[in-house]
Amino acid sequence: MSSSPDKLVYMANQIGKFFQSQGRDRAVQGISEHIWKFWDPRMRKQIFAHLDAGGAGLEPDVRDALLKLKLQA
Amino acid sequence: MSLIQETDFGTPKSKSEAMVTLTIDGNQITVPEGTSIMRAAMEAGTQIPKLCATDMVDAFGSCRLCLVEIEGRAGTPASCTTPVMPGLVVHTQSERLKKLRKGVMELYISDHPLDCLTCAANGDCELQDMAGAVGLRDVRYGYEGENHVFAKSHGCENDNWMPKDESNPYFTYDPSKCIVCSRCVRACEEVQGTFALTISGRGFDSRVSPGMNESFLGSECVSCGACVQACPTATLTEKSVIEIGQPEHSVVTTCAYCGVGCAFKAEMRGEEVVRMVPWKDGKANRGHSCVKGRFAWGYTTHKERILKPMIRERIEDPWQEVSWDEALNFAAAKFKGIQQKYGRDAVGGITSSRCTNEETYLVQKLIRAGFGNNNVDTCARVCHSPTGYGLSQTYGTSAGTQDFDSVEDTDVVLVIGANPASAHPVFASRLKKRLRQGAKLIVIDPRRTEMVESPHVKALHLPLMPGTNVAVLTALAHVIVTEGLADEAFVSERCDWSEFEDWAAFVAQDKHSPEATAIMTGVDPKALREAARIYATGGNGAIYYGLGVTEHSQGSTTVIAIANLAMVTGNIGRPGVGVNPLRGQNNVQGSCDMGSFPHELPGYRHIAGDAVREQFEAMWNVKLNNEPGLRIPNMFDAAIEGSFMGLYVQGEDILQSDPNTKHVVAALSAMECVIVHDLFLNETANYAHVFLPGSTFLEKDGTFTNAERRIQRVRKVMTPLNGYADWEVTIMLGKAMGFEMKYSHPSEIMDEIAALTPTFAGVSYAKLDELGSVQWPCNEKAPEGTPVMHIGGFVRGKGKFILTEYIATDERTGPRYPLLLTTGRILSQYNVGAQTRRTENVVWHAEDRLEIHPHDAEQRGVRDGDWVRLASRAGETTLRAEITDRVAPGVVYTTFHHPDTQANVITTDFSDWATNCPEYKVTAVQISPSNGPSDWQKAYDEQARNSRRIAPVVEAAE
Repeated sequence: MSSSPDKLVYMANQIGKFFQSQGRDRAVQGISEHIWKFWDPRMRKQIFAHLDAGGAGLEPDVRDALLKLKLQA
Repeated sequence: MSLIQETDFGTPKSKSEAMVTLTIDGNQITVPEGTSIMRAAMEAGTQIPKLCATDMVDAFGSCRLCLVEIEGRAGTPASCTTPVMPGLVVHTQSERLKKLRKGVMELYISDHPLDCLTCAANGDCELQDMAGAVGLRDVRYGYEGENHVFAKSHGCENDNWMPKDESNPYFTYDPSKCIVCSRCVRACEEVQGTFALTISGRGFDSRVSPGMNESFLGSECVSCGACVQACPTATLTEKSVIEIGQPEHSVVTTCAYCGVGCAFKAEMRGEEVVRMVPWKDGKANRGHSCVKGRFAWGYTTHKERILKPMIRERIEDPWQEVSWDEALNFAAAKFKGIQQKYGRDAVGGITSSRCTNEETYLVQKLIRAGFGNNNVDTCARVCHSPTGYGLSQTYGTSAGTQDFDSVEDTDVVLVIGANPASAHPVFASRLKKRLRQGAKLIVIDPRRTEMVESPHVKALHLPLMPGTNVAVLTALAHVIVTEGLADEAFVSERCDWSEFEDWAAFVAQDKHSPEATAIMTGVDPKALREAARIYATGGNGAIYYGLGVTEHSQGSTTVIAIANLAMVTGNIGRPGVGVNPLRGQNNVQGSCDMGSFPHELPGYRHIAGDAVREQFEAMWNVKLNNEPGLRIPNMFDAAIEGSFMGLYVQGEDILQSDPNTKHVVAALSAMECVIVHDLFLNETANYAHVFLPGSTFLEKDGTFTNAERRIQRVRKVMTPLNGYADWEVTIMLGKAMGFEMKYSHPSEIMDEIAALTPTFAGVSYAKLDELGSVQWPCNEKAPEGTPVMHIGGFVRGKGKFILTEYIATDERTGPRYPLLLTTGRILSQYNVGAQTRRTENVVWHAEDRLEIHPHDAEQRGVRDGDWVRLASRAGETTLRAEITDRVAPGVVYTTFHHPDTQANVITTDFSDWATNCPEYKVTAVQISPSNGPSDWQKAYDEQARNSRRIAPVVEAAE
């Protein structure tokens, strides 16, 4: 788990799992807000790059949250 | 400066609000009902002679010295055991009393040595004082008779005489000087709650006996020192007093060990510490201490302390001792070079939870304003960052809700993932005192900790499988909601009702019931239901929790689940209730408050908020980066990746304390400049290029903030051996990098903090000197601070219920790693042990041991004391096994105080979803017999030895 995109995907999905029980809309909002508040820009840049490259491994809510966040950025 | 003399009122203060007026020696005095005559007299300024009474323990009435006469009453009652009554007329001195007291003293002295001039208590002996007070001039009985004083009597061995017990490294027990007042026995029972001491025998045969006539070290004694403090003679005396003599001045300061934050008097002779005595007015500890705070300060002058700055180009090189200027310029040049080469964000720092608020504030200021990025983090990342997240989401503040005094009003205590008896011993003593008065205790912990079973305390223990906290807490909520035990009046008034309804529907689902979750948690559903009922209906319910809650992949979720439980039962916003995180390090609360997290400025305000950031920009006269920086685990990843190359670490040993040591080694090795600012060449320093000598808490001024949000002064009692306090070093480093910070005293730093942080607006050194301490928020609304938070409403407005779905950790057991390892602390050692291992505390704990259940041990052919190999997916190490049923089958446990064990070679990269707090508490492992150290341990040891070499200084020829 040391290669970077894998780790970031894992972390993002982990955040996603917490918000899952709150329903899709709130989950997407919650995940994007959490990543915006706590992730260093270089981490966000990396996960956006991964998203652009297909975003393999990202859960649907997480993918949507990242798309939303990327649009805001 | 002089020695602070605290008044001993003889018996404890009464809490009654009803007042009683009586006359003592012709003076009218009004005191609370329940006060003893002795205390009432002392409050009026009259000291009645006494020996067995002291206000740290209840009255006992054995010495018969404190007799008084009361008009209308027969005889001469003891003033310590006689409560005041309205209209009593008391005389403390009369011919009859004088005669009686003289007679009593004469008997005492007839069996006490007269070596006063060479006695260690000379100058601090209550027996001597009382002999003086009653005017004893002669002992008519002589010393020829039966006695406990002389080794030989009439040329024969004296069977009554006992030699000194010097087994305890910090104090001696000299039975020949004992007057059997039993103050030590009562202090052990009432104050400490250990019950290690008793009086054996009767009458003339009465002796103080540790355990069953054992040595102090061999008994259950935990060396808290309360007995030594209580002893009126030289029977129990600090070895440091025996060696040095009596102190001549004292200074009140704050302990630098755990988050309880005990206040101490540092009793000094010149710049030498004679002893540390807990301060009675300390609001966290109320005059009590543990073995670490009272005794384990020898590290401050340990020969291994590094006192000169050192540098080296490569970590393979030996260290070169250099001047401060040379070291600082070397460090500054390296950091500037890295920033030029890799960008502004390629450096960062870690603030210390052992240093003062002022020092922590300066380090984050240096990073944000001097380095120009927000790559600042602190050790709270690896301990209580989920507390900050969870409590701010639900309640609106990142801290515990109560003061420690609150425990005195608690009826039900729920302890989750914490072992205060080992890790927060002074709080544990206060808690146990309340439990002995009848409060109920529930312990949720995989291990049968010292809290579960202790003298006169029996807990309802829910032994859960490590990693299932959320399932257990949600099941507790299920019982409370489905059995109609919720405090709906509280919830509807104080919390968001629709969020509550969502949450109540969520927890009420069958899948969250104790019966449905038992298969994962291993907790008996009946016991869990009982615990829920007791907590919800047993009166004031308080939750205390520790790192067993936070250090999990669902750490933040667990904190939220705890907050939910307190809200649904209405256990928030008054004394006796609340949510209380037991903080690990002395100033971990403070380091969080001071803006040590990469995403927030002091006072927990997000860096992206323009209004707040602009205030700091104006004060610091610099433009700040508005993006969050890297957290510690992210720094390591970025280092391995090549985008983070320089780190300034103040007072933290990340290599030993952070998980997955191999990963940390790889990260540190990848960096081009690591600056370690510490007392010792710690493990992290093996990978450092610059070593800046640090100062101890005895050598500087500042403040610490404890687990109750209490801000207390740290006061300098000696000149820093290394030349500078840590705040001065940070200023010098900033200056070398071209960033000026100008302060002549830490009080000026606090003034800046107060000006920029609304919750600290009312804090100043003048106020701390005046009030002793304050709990934040301290501002216009609460000028004397805030002991209990969320009274009448939550800080965030409405309390927020948040759903807590249990998600099992990805760290799973399997055929290769079938056991779960969890970790914890032991009383005598502190954290990574850098301080306590350099004290006599090693007599109690010289190595980390692996606790394993007899069943698991037998299956693997492991016997007690055998070396075993402990392997996880991350790494392996060896240590010796201790076979015990404190742990359940399938669970093993160890401490992490010794670098040669390297428990963190085993722990993994998994971390809390919200904060990246590492999952220390759950690691799948296998155990097998072993012959000795693993290859990793050998290689590590060799690297460490090599790395610690210091080049000999070559004197230049004339």
